Amino acid sequence: MALKIIAKNVTKVFPSPRGWIVALRDFSVEVNEGEFLCIVGPSGCGKSTFLRILAGLVPPTSGDVRIIPGARSEAKPINNIIFQEYAIFPWKTVHDNVAFGLQMRGISKNERDQVALEWIGRVGLSKFASSYPHQLSGGMKQRVSIARAFANDPEVLLMDEPLGALDAQTRAVLQEELIRIWEEDKKTVVYITHGIEEAVLLGDRISLMTAHPGTNKAFFDVNFPRPRDIALTRTPQFGELCHSIWESLEAEVKQAMEKQV
Amino acid sequence: MTKITWDALRESQKILLLLALLLVWNFAFWLFGLFQSLWIGIFLVNFIIIVYLLHQVSLVVPPQRISTFEKAVAVGFPIILLASWELLVRGGVLNEDWFPPPTRIVGAIWHLTVHYDKYTKTSLLGRFWLIPSIFPLEGWEGVKRLFLESHVITTVIRILAGFVLGTFPGLILGVFMGMNRIVRTMLDPVISATYVVPKITILPLMMLIFDPFGETYQIVTIGIGVFFLVLINTMTGVRDIDPIFLEAGKNFGANRLQLFRHVIIPGALPFIFAGLRLGLGVGLVIVVAIEFLRGEKGVGYITWYYWEIMVVKNMYAGLIVIMLLGVLTTFGLQRLERWVIPWQREERELPEAAQG
Repeated sequence: MALKIIAKNVTKVFPSPRGWIVALRDFSVEVNEGEFLCIVGPSGCGKSTFLRILAGLVPPTSGDVRIIPGARSEAKPINNIIFQEYAIFPWKTVHDNVAFGLQMRGISKNERDQVALEWIGRVGLSKFASSYPHQLSGGMKQRVSIARAFANDPEVLLMDEPLGALDAQTRAVLQEELIRIWEEDKKTVVYITHGIEEAVLLGDRISLMTAHPGTNKAFFDVNFPRPRDIALTRTPQFGELCHSIWESLEAEVKQAMEKQV
Repeated sequence: MTKITWDALRESQKILLLLALLLVWNFAFWLFGLFQSLWIGIFLVNFIIIVYLLHQVSLVVPPQRISTFEKAVAVGFPIILLASWELLVRGGVLNEDWFPPPTRIVGAIWHLTVHYDKYTKTSLLGRFWLIPSIFPLEGWEGVKRLFLESHVITTVIRILAGFVLGTFPGLILGVFMGMNRIVRTMLDPVISATYVVPKITILPLMMLIFDPFGETYQIVTIGIGVFFLVLINTMTGVRDIDPIFLEAGKNFGANRLQLFRHVIIPGALPFIFAGLRLGLGVGLVIVVAIEFLRGEKGVGYITWYYWEIMVVKNMYAGLIVIMLLGVLTTFGLQRLERWVIPWQREERELPEAAQG
């Protein structure tokens, strides 16, 4: 397996009015080509910060982050984020949101219309292609965000608790949709979540982070066969794995809660 | 015998009773000749009865007609106001000399529009009746001259020119101040200090800098008033954009220019339009103030002029025309806003099948 992402000893220090805050300390992770890696950690452990460092939106204070270019790519491989807050543009229609990445890359209108319409169809929003986001429900907005990222055909997909803002039922539906869409052309994914079940259901491997400042705690392999669906969550093996991850995470969560008090 | 209470009545009965109350109440005062001295109190009570009456009507209006009903109320109430004014003057309650009735003001506007005034040397809309005789001699140039001498068009040109002059620098500087912390920190004290100066105060300075008998100093003064409002609102609008949209823009490969075009400008547009609306209001205030002070033409000028020579109905005519100018420009801006910001239209209902 070829390595796609290498992050070594990543540390991030933020300035704040009360002085310097260490958000991330010596965090290391390697992701294989086509692997679905979930990062699980307590609130405030810096997992979103790590994702933004991966995306190149913020520079790390120290350490090394690299996305290895694939055969087809230019010097800077394309990565795209699916945000928890959707972050689809309220001033663009569903169609224009989905086509946004392609438009920024200067791809012809014909081609991007075709790609956008295809992805809008794949997330089941064909009827809403010319709607504005304020006319959509939360779940539909997140579908637009997912379609926007996939339509741009990035080498690496970064998901920052993409289903965190949705209600439990919508989340279950979208989890299955995500599995289905992802299994069609396995892209390299880094998926941030604090839901253990979600991580076990979706991921090939789970990286556990410690409480603030975040660093490596443990790795878990998830060897359930694919294609997966929600029925997996009812098997005893699924419960066992979730339980052992929780045992490892519990102490960190408690520590994070104490710090907040 | 059962006691009949108000709550036991049907809505239609309540409406009829309220209507009867309104008529009897007014008629009684009129009968006893008390209208003259008590009319303010009577109208206050009338207002309350009408509110309650319309509330009762709104309860029986079918839900799909409620927006039509509201439109009718919005149009109907001003008409009632004007009619009351007319009646109060005709009935001798209000002094006709100081408060000429609406019909007479409309007559005055008409008169000022179609007659040449030898003192102000033009009419409201210019001497358009001369077009047939001037057009064969001078062509479009002559027509243009006829219109340019008009009061309304003089004022409109001043406002629009000042508006455009102030808007663009305000927009550009506002975006810069919104985006860049250093620029903002540098300019904020200067802007805050100069913003509080009433813009009409700089009129003498503008007359010092520009030709005090020309149009430029007026347009620049209006422009400065508009500039500050557009600047401050644009800056607020840019700063109000959720940083996550900037992150998303960058993450999907937008360069600096694309970020402006696709994220920053559309994100700030609602605030920018709020600034334009406020700017228009201030522009109107400044233009009228300048015309009061210095005019030899313009709607503000005739308002002032006819007050000075005590032709009160013409003073009202000027006032109404200024009001119309404000209403029309605001309306135009609103239409523009709807066209430019289509994503802000009122929420449409979500088809039920589409939830989730």
